[in-house]
Amino acid sequence: MNWEVLAQLAADFSVLSLIAVGGAITVLPEMHRSVVDVHGWMSGAQFAELFALAQASPGPNILVVSLIGWKVAGVAGAVVATAAMCGPSCVLAFAVSRVWQRFRGSRWRAAVEDGLVPVTVGLMLAGGYLITLSADASIAAFAITAVTAAAVLSTRIHPLWCFAAAGLIGLAGWV
Amino acid sequence: MSETPAAGGPAPRELFLRFTQVSLSGFGGVMPFARRMLVEERHWLSAEEFADLLSLCQLLPGPNIVNVSVCVGARFHGARGALAAFAGLMSAPFVIVLALGTLYTQYGHLPAVSAVFRGVSAAAAGLVVAMALKMSASRRLRSAMAGFAVATFLGIALMRLPLVVFLLGAAPLSIAAAMWRAR
Repeated sequence: MNWEVLAQLAADFSVLSLIAVGGAITVLPEMHRSVVDVHGWMSGAQFAELFALAQASPGPNILVVSLIGWKVAGVAGAVVATAAMCGPSCVLAFAVSRVWQRFRGSRWRAAVEDGLVPVTVGLMLAGGYLITLSADASIAAFAITAVTAAAVLSTRIHPLWCFAAAGLIGLAGWV
Repeated sequence: MSETPAAGGPAPRELFLRFTQVSLSGFGGVMPFARRMLVEERHWLSAEEFADLLSLCQLLPGPNIVNVSVCVGARFHGARGALAAFAGLMSAPFVIVLALGTLYTQYGHLPAVSAVFRGVSAAAAGLVVAMALKMSASRRLRSAMAGFAVATFLGIALMRLPLVVFLLGAAPLSIAAAMWRAR
């Protein structure tokens, strides 16, 4: 077992846990930076594939973290990465949920909400931009990304249908 | 979110089972199923209580749905309830995603499989873009505050600044600006 890699996973993801305002997608760019650029654990394309696997599985999309840990250090890596990603934020959620009610209607609670939302939105947009660049290597792939985004935004279609159609287009050799 | 656990609430075992059910019914987004279970089916929370809880969980760091499970579990049974709900939410999907990962390493090198995955990866990226654009429609962005969204995008996506460093600067500034605007 590679303790050094496990320790690195634990350190990286427990920091991400506490800065992932708005959820897993907002730290996607930082995960990409750490896993692909800093540590060189996988290529950008492999990162995008793991993300797609996690999205195509049932459950919270934070599971991409489990897959990254698993790819880097097996089942132990998956457990360590998942625990590190969820642990600190869960403890914080547990603590804050007990006092939050008291600040209902307070001025600073509203300011925290109003201030964090724009930053969260910027992070989500950055996540979408970077994962698109990693996943798409052809004009057809960019077209699939655009059509999926448009379909999810303007219809009530279930995303899995988009995944199935995109998989078939890939199978046909067009991507 | 109350100070004391509600009497007669669901037992930890019930929390575990219901959150397992929720986690397995959601692909690419579990929250709608969590809302249906908590508010409409089990009546563990009222619609307002859920909305309030959700706004807190979106504000806190970490995956929103994970935070919801922790807060709901804590509400009924403290730390034990939080653990039960969290374990229910994560266990089954964790096993499934690793099984999928194993299959993928076995067969991922086959040209047909990697061709399918090029398509699916592109669609998964589209889903993220859609979520981001949906969030951009927030009423909180219909003001000069939208500048913070643009600055964040530029700093993270184009300049590739480390997130921790960027957030330490941007988040306090953005909150201060919101306070100043609310004066």
